[in-house]
Amino acid sequence: MTIKSTIYLDYASTTPVDPRVASKMMQYLTPDGEFGNPASRSHRYGWKADDAVEEARSHVANLVNCDPREIVWTSGATEADNLAVKGVARFYKSKGNHIITSKIEHKAVLDPCRQLEREGFEVTYLEPDEGGIIHPKQVKEAIQENTILVSLMHINNELGTLNDLTAIGEITREAGIFFHVDAAQSTGKVEIDLSSLPVDLMSFSAHKTYGPKGIGALFVRRKPRVRIEALIHGGGHERGMRSGTLAPHQIVGMGEAFRIAKEEMKADHIKVNAFHKKFLEEAMKIEHAYINGDLNNKVPNILNISFNFVEGESLIMGLKDIAVSSGSACTSASLEPSYVLRALGRKDELAHSSIRFSFGRFTNESEINQTLSILHNVVDRLRELSPLWEMHLDGIDLDTVKWDTN
Amino acid sequence: MAYSKKVVDKFENTLNNPQAFNVGRFDPSEENVGTGMVGAPACGDVMKLQIKCEPSGNTHVIKDVKFKTYGCGSAIASSSELVEMLIGKTLEEAKEIKNKEIVEALELPPIKIHCSVLAEDSIKQAIEDYESKQ
Repeated sequence: MTIKSTIYLDYASTTPVDPRVASKMMQYLTPDGEFGNPASRSHRYGWKADDAVEEARSHVANLVNCDPREIVWTSGATEADNLAVKGVARFYKSKGNHIITSKIEHKAVLDPCRQLEREGFEVTYLEPDEGGIIHPKQVKEAIQENTILVSLMHINNELGTLNDLTAIGEITREAGIFFHVDAAQSTGKVEIDLSSLPVDLMSFSAHKTYGPKGIGALFVRRKPRVRIEALIHGGGHERGMRSGTLAPHQIVGMGEAFRIAKEEMKADHIKVNAFHKKFLEEAMKIEHAYINGDLNNKVPNILNISFNFVEGESLIMGLKDIAVSSGSACTSASLEPSYVLRALGRKDELAHSSIRFSFGRFTNESEINQTLSILHNVVDRLRELSPLWEMHLDGIDLDTVKWDTN
Repeated sequence: MAYSKKVVDKFENTLNNPQAFNVGRFDPSEENVGTGMVGAPACGDVMKLQIKCEPSGNTHVIKDVKFKTYGCGSAIASSSELVEMLIGKTLEEAKEIKNKEIVEALELPPIKIHCSVLAEDSIKQAIEDYESKQ
């Protein structure tokens, strides 16, 4: 296996489960553990499992400062986004059929919006500025008489940029519209205080915050009350909002991960911030490297850089012992470059050239140094191979060249 | 990306030892040099292929080749593979090279076949350029 020798800088995609979390999860599976069904009310196996689920719910609520009764377990942030967007739209469709979102949302919001369009809803997709930010003013201007929901992400997964939830929420409150926020990238990275944030629904994921994959949660505000139509019907679990036997080991994992996140957020931040600073300083010594996303308005754990005249997938192949991701078309099945980078108005070639580095709790300084040195080397080598770099050095403006686009 | 070992090896070898794998340039204004450049930066791949030929009997033989490629790993590997096929071939033989040969040599996945098509186009253009100078 090459896993050990590969430096992992793709924390925004997923994080490893913190060993403390894994050992806690293990206590809820086997015959000598608490394996019961939390919905079993008639014996201690059920009661114990239910206790564990409720304790985990408190840990999640505690991290974002809400009432535990406002947390609904889901299979992940994708399901939470689906439940929020479709759930609100379908429940309140008699009040209106217009939804506002943005072009750089995660597919877990964009695809439900597309589905709602097929069901007769109307969706406005706001354009981010060139730094990847959606401005409150844009939301205000997009609101119509029939608008029922605004769904915007907190931290963009490709860029790490932050939207101003307070300012946007004040606008939605004033207009009497629900505000859903995808906060999959936020937990453990920035403070979230739902007791003061004017947000009605918020999606969370465990596996971006050192918890297991396959579990997430949706915050559904009680006051003022938000109602949603369920997507999954069955035993009426989670107060009818999400049926299906709860998975205590997963839930306990998410709870423990979020409990640790609360305790260690500051330490994680200080560490990651130092890596970000170092990485930025050194990577920007490479000529024609461009940061994607507003540097003054982003989290330090995600850094998205385009290296002009080099194609992203070849760069990833060159960085073979480093796990990162790219906005390049060639790494996706669709052969389209990142829709997020395109929405920023970046030229396609810069989207093709982008690499997302994301750091986390288990990153160390020597990994950062090693990556930087390999990065410098590989970008140089690929540019030696690049006809575009050669033309650039010859003083040719690539924008004036007539390309053969087949 | 499920690349074959052949693509990965070819890419890495080319990257690590560009001179040995014919990365470079000829002066395009020289009479015995033909240049072909295909693709577009916005599409994510550009291949530049140059051939240096000599007359031999009633045809011309490719004596040397240089290339540069901007693109994904399989685009770079495809160019590099093509270059190896070209040296020593007559122009007529070179014209017969089909993208399928590159696909087979590198075991390209279906989604990357366009890389081999681009490579085939680059040699056609380079030969055209060369012949227009003779």
